[in-house]
Amino acid sequence: MSSTYLGMPALPVFGQGNLNAVESFPLAAKRELGNSQLRANLGHATHTIRDKRLRVVGELPDWEDLRNAGSATKQAVMARLPELLEQFEQNFTARGGIIHWARDAAEANEIVRDLIGEQGADEVVKVKSMATQEIGLNEYLEEQGIAAFETDLAELIVQLDHDKPSHILVPAIHKNRTQIRDIFLREMPGVDPELTDSPAKLAEAARSHLRRKFLSAKVAISGANFAIADAGTLAVVESEGNGRMCLTLPETLITVMGVEKLLPSWRDLEVFMQLLPRSSTGERMNPYTSLWTGVTEGDGPRNVHLVLLDNGRSAALADEMGRSALHCIRCSACMNVCPVYERTGGHAYGSTYPGPIGAILSPLMTGITSEENNSLPYASSLCGACYDACPVKINIPEILVHLRAEDVDSKRGTKKLPSQMDLLMKGASWAFSSGKHLGLLEKGLPLGRIAAGRKKKITKLPGIAGGWTRSRDVPAPPSESFRGWWAKDHRDPAAGAELPDSPNTDSTNTGEQA
Amino acid sequence: MRIALFATCIVDAMYPRTARATVAILERLGHEVVFPAGQACCGQMHVNSGYLPEAVPVVRNHIEAFESQDYDVAVAPSGSCVASVKHQHPMVARSCGDAALEARAEAVGAKTYELSALLTDVLGITDAAAQLGSWFPHNVTYHPSCHGMRLLRLGDRQLNLLQSVGGITVQPLPQADQCCGFGGTFSLKNADVSTAMLEDKTANIKATGAELCSGGDASCLLHIGGGLSREGSSVTTLHLADILASTRENPVSVTGDILVGGKVAR
Ligand code: SF4
Repeated sequence: MSSTYLGMPALPVFGQGNLNAVESFPLAAKRELGNSQLRANLGHATHTIRDKRLRVVGELPDWEDLRNAGSATKQAVMARLPELLEQFEQNFTARGGIIHWARDAAEANEIVRDLIGEQGADEVVKVKSMATQEIGLNEYLEEQGIAAFETDLAELIVQLDHDKPSHILVPAIHKNRTQIRDIFLREMPGVDPELTDSPAKLAEAARSHLRRKFLSAKVAISGANFAIADAGTLAVVESEGNGRMCLTLPETLITVMGVEKLLPSWRDLEVFMQLLPRSSTGERMNPYTSLWTGVTEGDGPRNVHLVLLDNGRSAALADEMGRSALHCIRCSACMNVCPVYERTGGHAYGSTYPGPIGAILSPLMTGITSEENNSLPYASSLCGACYDACPVKINIPEILVHLRAEDVDSKRGTKKLPSQMDLLMKGASWAFSSGKHLGLLEKGLPLGRIAAGRKKKITKLPGIAGGWTRSRDVPAPPSESFRGWWAKDHRDPAAGAELPDSPNTDSTNTGEQA
Repeated sequence: MRIALFATCIVDAMYPRTARATVAILERLGHEVVFPAGQACCGQMHVNSGYLPEAVPVVRNHIEAFESQDYDVAVAPSGSCVASVKHQHPMVARSCGDAALEARAEAVGAKTYELSALLTDVLGITDAAAQLGSWFPHNVTYHPSCHGMRLLRLGDRQLNLLQSVGGITVQPLPQADQCCGFGGTFSLKNADVSTAMLEDKTANIKATGAELCSGGDASCLLHIGGGLSREGSSVTTLHLADILASTRENPVSVTGDILVGGKVAR
């Protein structure tokens, strides 16, 4: 691989791999909503983490300053990413590491396969890595006859169950203890058939299963949370210590990392080591932080490789409004507070990246015209909880709206017939562009009253508005708008506004309650 | 003070009583209320749905309508519409490359207040019963809507005003800060998720034992009230302005067809 290529191709390449949804969000959401066990598991888990996060964040008097610092650092990194990548490469290489640049998922997968092949290995251990999920590395290696064993406990559970993670930090958030025991009994070779669902027993079973793997594997694959440019150092943050086993025991270590994970210097790490654990697991400090710089004589892996992955990141970077999505440190705080994620779970988002950040990151990396991913920016009520929670202050609601506009624009003039939404928006644009227009339309309010009938509510509307009346009534409109009343009754300011006792209805106000 | 009323499209067309209540409160305090006749809507629905070019005439209209009137401050009984005027209008003007319009949008936005913010921060109302004569002898709960809470940072302003109304009992709402699931066209595009969110909201409201749920955004109340009505609940929704406007002499009626969800028992 070339070491002169600076990671920024002339034309942004869109990402591939596990970034694309296979069905639109509303459809997938509908299916997931039907799974009441999932909803119960998720609701419980997100609320628990949410409360914990609020507690530990509340302990820090300078939390807002930390968020600002994190956000500013990331902004600075994005502004000079090519330069920092070059600096990192120099320092990493000088310490005996080898860098590989991968433009997309396919390139990255091939690089990793070749590196494993060079070691003559057909088995690797892995510590949780979003990047390898994103490029579908496990599936690819399996096709090539190489078995990849996840060592993060939750990741292991999901892998054994032939399932996909549904949360970036708690991949098995959608499973409970009994389900996990059943998976172990079914899929773990040599497991004690008397296994119970007590957490200690489950952890013990996983530990002995993993220990065998750690001791036999010649190659390990990891992700990285941060890369420090002026030192050439990589960092992985985890809570079980299995990652540390991967990073130190095997002969060969291959790290796959998105190009956006850079930090300029050691000093910057301090801010993120405070932001990340509190935002993600609600802990003051994470249990294991591993840092490594190239190869060290007589200690740790002999061959240290880093695959620097673009896979749509430069496309996201090219989007001025959307690029701050690359600031994401994958803490999962946004999904833990998201009312949409809480009810649908991660699978509804299709991509490796679920929840609010997934709803912007996936379409930014694949391009908004990518089939099905264009429904993701609408998977939000824009309540803003994600923006409040994000430790690096990514304005997710603003980017969602920006991507919606891109989606609408990309479809303009391409359809034979405008959609119902197009027509609604066009009509409303006319109605709302003048008080006269709206006043004219409001003359039709009595018609709505007739439609509402004696019950004084509308229970069924046609077309897309039918989505509303599937679960909600619409009240009968008043017989007169405020505008109409004002024009008649309030022209003389001296008249004053009476409190409307029965303003536009035949409601009875006898004043009895006084 | 001369105060311009921004009635918002939903209040104007569906809840005129809430706009009249807003006028009544301000006039009771001795202020002059004007209604810029050209106003229509803030355009939030267009922006949030991604229809920016369609939002431009709506935003331009709002700016022109409020510029054509002489006033000290503008007020709307809606957190989300005020947030749109303050935060989205300059962005929409920028999107069509009109720097002059952007500056005008900023100016109008800076003078626009959400009702509880105007009452609390500008007019110094801390005790609705004493200063406004508000009287509402009912058992209510309160839903703070997302945009008021997170975009305008209204904090406890609405709740404090509500609690200071004479005769009222305010029940705390479990998980109050959770979105009700309205989200404008989200409720149409993702109707199933929206419904799931609404069901949790109405369940929490019903669990308080309150007769009605109050709040500062007519659209959220329309959504929540519509859900309660469909569930056949006797609990209904009522805007904060209507409650503040209610007095002993002229109590607001809590029966009638502008409320969804049936009558409120006394
Ligand atoms: S977007 Fe922010 S809150 Fe969400 S995972 Fe990334 S850093 Fe965390």
